[in-house]
Amino acid sequence: MQQSRPSSRTWRLGAAALLASLSAAVSAQDDRTFSSGYRFVEMTGEELFANVCQGCHMRDAGGAIGAGSYPSLADNRNLEAAGYPISLVVNGRRGMPPFGDMMTDGQIAAVVNYLRTHFGNSYQDVVTAKDVRDARR
Amino acid sequence: MYHAMTSLGFASESPYQGPIKLEGDPKGASVLVLGAGLAGMTAALELRNAGYKVQILEFNNRPGGRNWTLRGGDSFTELGGFTQTCDFESGLYINPGPWRIPYHHRALLDYCRRLGVSLEPFIQLNYNALIHASRAFGGAPQRIRAIRADFQGQVSELLAKVTQQGRLDEAVTREDQEILLQALRSWGALDRDYRYKANLISAQFRGYARAPGGGLDALPLPGEPLALSDILKSRVWRYLLNFANYNFQTTMFQPVGGMDMIGKAFAREVGDLIRYNCKVTRIQQNDRGVTVSYVDTASPAAVRQAQADWCICTIPLSILSQLPVDVSAAVKSAIDAVPYAGSVKIGLQFKRRFWEEDEAIYGGISYTDLPIRQIAYPNTGFNRSGRGVLLGAYIFDGANAYEFTAMTPAERVARAIEFGAMIHPQYAAEYENGIAVAWHRVPFALGCSGDWSEEARITHYRNLCQIDGRIALAGEHASALPAWQEGAILSSLDAITRLHDRVMRT
Repeated sequence: MQQSRPSSRTWRLGAAALLASLSAAVSAQDDRTFSSGYRFVEMTGEELFANVCQGCHMRDAGGAIGAGSYPSLADNRNLEAAGYPISLVVNGRRGMPPFGDMMTDGQIAAVVNYLRTHFGNSYQDVVTAKDVRDARR
Repeated sequence: MYHAMTSLGFASESPYQGPIKLEGDPKGASVLVLGAGLAGMTAALELRNAGYKVQILEFNNRPGGRNWTLRGGDSFTELGGFTQTCDFESGLYINPGPWRIPYHHRALLDYCRRLGVSLEPFIQLNYNALIHASRAFGGAPQRIRAIRADFQGQVSELLAKVTQQGRLDEAVTREDQEILLQALRSWGALDRDYRYKANLISAQFRGYARAPGGGLDALPLPGEPLALSDILKSRVWRYLLNFANYNFQTTMFQPVGGMDMIGKAFAREVGDLIRYNCKVTRIQQNDRGVTVSYVDTASPAAVRQAQADWCICTIPLSILSQLPVDVSAAVKSAIDAVPYAGSVKIGLQFKRRFWEEDEAIYGGISYTDLPIRQIAYPNTGFNRSGRGVLLGAYIFDGANAYEFTAMTPAERVARAIEFGAMIHPQYAAEYENGIAVAWHRVPFALGCSGDWSEEARITHYRNLCQIDGRIALAGEHASALPAWQEGAILSSLDAITRLHDRVMRT
């Protein structure tokens, strides 16, 4: 059922003049990166969080509750051992999709480093792309 | 008889063997069904008919689950708290979840017939809809008809050329080469020299620069084909599989008035069994029965319990994997083995049906490499004046599904307009309102469908489908038809058949 998966490319869109004319215009559109293929093109931890993780874990990383829930990543002791979040991002867990095929080692390291130093988390040891590569085995 | 039908190819379209027959008296045995989607309501309908005492617990305040339609006046609150109210004009809608039914989904079609759900065609292939590659052809969308004809024609020309050069002599007999050349000329719209050119032969396939008319200037003029190299480099050929794939072959259907007509029809039969607004918190079993703990979503402090001899659980695995459930380690591992795919649909209302009025696009789908991926036109209400609703984005899996999920609903709609206007500039003047559903943010599903990997299928699928003590799972996740309603119904019929066998034997 899936479409074919072309190579990656980015659209970076500014606040289009068009939007200003729309009745439902969103005010002050920021630049936003879009990927063109299966893999993400966002590179910084901040942008990967905002464009990917935030979908389920929310803008403040506080998670959400419905019939099931998305865990809060804020003030989260499970992030202390870096191998755990690396493994979750690479392999997924339960309903959480794996991102190992959608992000490079460097992207996964970047987003894990971002998570471990924001939202009330302040773990100082830095994760490297090599740590992610080793975790893929 | 079945073998004879199969050998003729008649019976191979579906594993569905007609209405289920659960024979024998279950002697008052009770079944608790979790979830009032199509799997749950199928189980409830058939088990009650067979003599079981049935009750259903449902999280939402409506039946249907992912069988769902949004119309004017509906409101929807997604995870994170954003509430959208649909402002569509009366009679206009989008189906945020399933929206099309293949002709070979015979179980779903049979229930539609039995439950009186009227169907109409879903147009998967509209030759006059568009294929758009943002960096090819000057950014101009191309008609599906022209892409198909020009690709097929030039590939035919190449094959004819190598045939005539004798390069197929080892693979094809001389006699067959003559027939092959005839076939390529017919299939590819080639001229008598086996060339695909701008002429009235190719125009019969790809369309005209000036279409045949009446009177003084009636005679048609052909258009110039797109160059094969441009078609190849633009990758527009990749969209053609959307018309070739078994799942998308014509004839396809949609219910008249919205996909939720199916859920509502089931609820006319089993609605009296459904308790709404119930969030399941625990599933326990022992050798005497099943006990399910739940809370009323309006007053979640008080934990309530429902009990039955057996349980059919259709809760999506994205949610079930988070609950304490008394099942074997193998079944629990299977429940935990399936990630849930992301998907986004965005409905946009416009002041007029400009796609019909200006562009002669009546139903069907345009495909693009922009992040919105698809624009789908309504397959009903053709040729009317007045408002219309487009599906302004349908993103299934891949990076864009996450990127759109991470936005606020208002930004999703705004981005869908921004991108869609690159294909239909009329958006700017005609847009009125929109609504966006991102399935990872849907509180009752936490994703659009079970996204089985091949490895997980091998290791866990059969375990997931086993009856574990007194609990059997059903839903699209327990089928080989992921994300299709047919999978939900077939898995449910299979589960209750095996459950009934067990009840009859005990």
